[in-house]
Amino acid sequence: MAASTNNGHFKVIGTRPIRHDGIDKVIGRAKYGADYAFPGMLHGKLLRSPHAHARIKSIKLDKALALPGVKAIITGKDLPKAENKLEQSGEMTVNPHYLSMNILAHDKVLYDGHAIAAVAATSPHIAEEAVLLIEVEYEVLPPVMTVEAAMKPGAAILLDDLRNKEEGDKRTNVAQHYQFKRGDLEAGFKAADYIVEREFTTAMVHQGYIEPHNAVGIYTTDGQATIYCSTQGAFEVRSLSAQVLGVPVGKIKVVPAEIGGGFGGKTTIYLEPLSILLSKMTGAPVKLVMSRSEVLRASGPTSGSKIKVKLGATKDGKLVAAQIWMAYEAGAFPGSPVGAGAMCIIAPYTIENLQIDGYDVVVNRPKTAAYRAPGATNAAFASETIIDELADKCGIDPLEFRINNGVKEGSPQVVGPPFKRIGFIETCEAIKNSDHYKSKLTGKFRGRGVASGFWFNAGMQSSATVNIHTDGTASVVTGSPDIGGSRASMAMITAEVLGLPVTDVRPLVADTDSIGHTDVTGGSRVTFATGMAVYEAAQDAVKQLIERAAKVWEIKPDEIEFRDGAVHAKADGKPPMGIKELAKRLARTGGPITGRASVNARGVGPAFATTCVDVEVDPDTAKVQILRCTVAQDAGKAIHPSYVEGQMQGGTAQGIGWALNEEYFYDDKGILRNIGLLDYRMPTCLDLPMIETAIVEVPNPGHPLGVRGVGEVSIVPPPAAVANAIYDAVGVRMTETPMSPPRLLREILKKLAADDAQSAAAD
Amino acid sequence: MSRKTLVDAKINGEPTEFLCEPRQSLLECLRDVLELTGSKEGCLTGDCGACTVLMDGRAVCSCLVLGVEAQGKNITTVEGLADATRLHALQQKFLEHASLQCGICTPGFLMSAKALLERNPDPTEPEVRYALAGNLCRCTGYDKIVRAVIDAAKTLRESGADRAAARG
Amino acid sequence: MPTAIIPALLRPLTSNRERVAVAGRTVRAVIADLERQFPGLAAHLLDGGEIKPSIAISIDGEIVPGGVLEPVGEHSEVHFIPAIGGGA
Repeated sequence: MAASTNNGHFKVIGTRPIRHDGIDKVIGRAKYGADYAFPGMLHGKLLRSPHAHARIKSIKLDKALALPGVKAIITGKDLPKAENKLEQSGEMTVNPHYLSMNILAHDKVLYDGHAIAAVAATSPHIAEEAVLLIEVEYEVLPPVMTVEAAMKPGAAILLDDLRNKEEGDKRTNVAQHYQFKRGDLEAGFKAADYIVEREFTTAMVHQGYIEPHNAVGIYTTDGQATIYCSTQGAFEVRSLSAQVLGVPVGKIKVVPAEIGGGFGGKTTIYLEPLSILLSKMTGAPVKLVMSRSEVLRASGPTSGSKIKVKLGATKDGKLVAAQIWMAYEAGAFPGSPVGAGAMCIIAPYTIENLQIDGYDVVVNRPKTAAYRAPGATNAAFASETIIDELADKCGIDPLEFRINNGVKEGSPQVVGPPFKRIGFIETCEAIKNSDHYKSKLTGKFRGRGVASGFWFNAGMQSSATVNIHTDGTASVVTGSPDIGGSRASMAMITAEVLGLPVTDVRPLVADTDSIGHTDVTGGSRVTFATGMAVYEAAQDAVKQLIERAAKVWEIKPDEIEFRDGAVHAKADGKPPMGIKELAKRLARTGGPITGRASVNARGVGPAFATTCVDVEVDPDTAKVQILRCTVAQDAGKAIHPSYVEGQMQGGTAQGIGWALNEEYFYDDKGILRNIGLLDYRMPTCLDLPMIETAIVEVPNPGHPLGVRGVGEVSIVPPPAAVANAIYDAVGVRMTETPMSPPRLLREILKKLAADDAQSAAAD
Repeated sequence: MSRKTLVDAKINGEPTEFLCEPRQSLLECLRDVLELTGSKEGCLTGDCGACTVLMDGRAVCSCLVLGVEAQGKNITTVEGLADATRLHALQQKFLEHASLQCGICTPGFLMSAKALLERNPDPTEPEVRYALAGNLCRCTGYDKIVRAVIDAAKTLRESGADRAAARG
Repeated sequence: MPTAIIPALLRPLTSNRERVAVAGRTVRAVIADLERQFPGLAAHLLDGGEIKPSIAISIDGEIVPGGVLEPVGEHSEVHFIPAIGGGA
């Protein structure tokens, strides 16, 4: 029996209450991972490789161990042997052997910054001094820094045991080949009036969360361990740490602290198992915190890539063929998001004839981790600029072109299955009808560009409980770390179902012992899947409230309905009872009420976004200023519109940074040269205008409230939108990110030279 | 390793003594010695502003100030923004405008914004953006932060005007 | 009968056929039938009797979590696609 949510006329959902954890965050009381301290706590620091690629010949710890204040040091030898095969771990597939090697190098170091040893000491300064006293002998090997270099015959091999299915027993740096094919490519291109073919390069970029990785590990002599850490998934940390340490998951409890940003980069582990191992050896709690340079050198940026796209269209603007080759940097171990990239690259469009080949390639860079719609942004930079070029050749407005080829309900996805109800075309229409797009852009060196993007979104497992308290208020407990305000939405969904004011519902994010298994906060899944579990748990509480009222009224439960926060007897004769009143009678009618639910969520609704940017290019320096920006995204149903807008604006800002300035700069020895936030240049307040948002709501039929995940897709269109705007401004088509001043200036000067040569020839 | 130094400062209005090694930054002293963990560590090179505090009224990156330099100074951290019963207008507006998502940059922004509004009570949007350019946020795209600061400035001006009117 | 859509890289094993009619009311039964028609195909889809972690199953357009236990309808389309992770 569903409690009424008034057929879409919600009381709480769709409003903008202040988030429940807000006060703690603005007064500095909220505890993030690095804020935890315990009596007798030690501090850990890591020794990291100064080489991009080397064999470790020996490690001498004696001088470091002798430093007063040093309590323990561990190396790769102290980790148990882990299975060398792909295993399911929550959202991710993980190879425990490679994961262990990434946490502490075994016999080889594979990137500048690769961790080799971990020291625990009485102060972080002493630990740092001890790190300098560890002596390591290396046999330096040639660094392999790009996908082209890694795929060349005769390239230095990173992993001796890496094989792919197609090359049999041959040692290789290519971990995986993905392919998607349908229709007849040759016939498709024959039918095209216009064909555009270009090659693109995108640089490796980092998620850029302001909070570095942290972990405090506490091991007790009964073999149980607790980790406090900032993470996107406490259960993921538990599962991965257990694999690396070779213990059952029940031996580890993970308490998720507040988290200072993740964007996918905190869905894996780096320090956590080390904090437990060091605690085990010293008998004390041990805290490890990465410095910013460690975050950049040795956490998990996303892949740089090489993408070749050939698209064909008929002159009336119909896309007829697509041939795509993409190679993504996996970093030191397999697992780039090239598969996802290959499935996203032309996802918004119906194209009958296509072949997409994607390659996962290891290189001497840090092992890549997820970054907001992983793989899709690189891909869209390539495809969405070519779409623009084709629209231009056909003489069709770029939004019209997208609408004419756009996927709708029933259209086949790249991988084959048809879409259910989706809102891609609606996002294009929203931009078309926006004040921004309708306004005229005037002035020299100014241009406007649009682009669209797609992301699948995820379902997966979530658990929730809703407790009814003796005063008729409620608490809702989930296992989804809150990275953007989601716990407010959980409280809002609960309040809506129970008919309570949202201030009467308290949301909690629980540890791995206090709530059922819950997969990571990622994949745009929390409001969707955890929201689904919360909705069902609240309904379960309502069912129990009805049963209690039945006892009190001495009638049958099916003679009672629940609405507006009260039980009502369907027949006349009994005044309704609110939750407050019922709550007083719980003890005598059977005891406390806890509503509960767990889901492995189905009915995921994919996300589309379309973005429009206006830029101004400085003709002398090629600095690009973003003048105006509007993003339209299909949210299905916006539970808390302010936080949906926040996701759209945040993703857009990251996409703009990706487009204009962010890149990993390695020198010819494979050493990362920009290891701080001055030179890894992310957008500041001064670099961006207000970011206008248009929330489109095409309800997802798979979710009781129509919710579609919103967290990721807004990062996908901006690099292409900016590239298209730059073309509109100065007539240059950029095929490399970032489109930083030196790169753009070079292309502008080339174009000016070419124009001059042309007009000289014409004279 | 040198012996610790005794530092005498005023922290959030309270006379405070603490011990620190000369190599410890003010940020480290606030967080690890004084257990005021509201100021955050993001980069340790003064590029992200998450550690921003006011030192004698001036916004500084506490990661770039040594603990011993706090001697005799007036330090205000995010923990000293609200009074015992009421949030500061900036804090209230940040909540109303949903200007925080993960919240890690929020203390730094609040302190930088406080310093701005104390010297410029009616800033334009470009002036707000310029003053906050030393604080990085990766979650929000800054839109709602800028709106909150402008709105808080208005509230502070109005309550200041109210108080002046009440005094006659 | 349900239809199995064969991933591009496995089509060499099915004489390049993309769409194959299969008998079976669960994913397990469908894969067993595919193995009957094209010996050697199942090894690319299964690991220890369960779907490989790197593969996701989509039935009638929806990713389903039940692996080999997932029911398949009389007219269903079954797709085998790469499993993907997400950031946030």
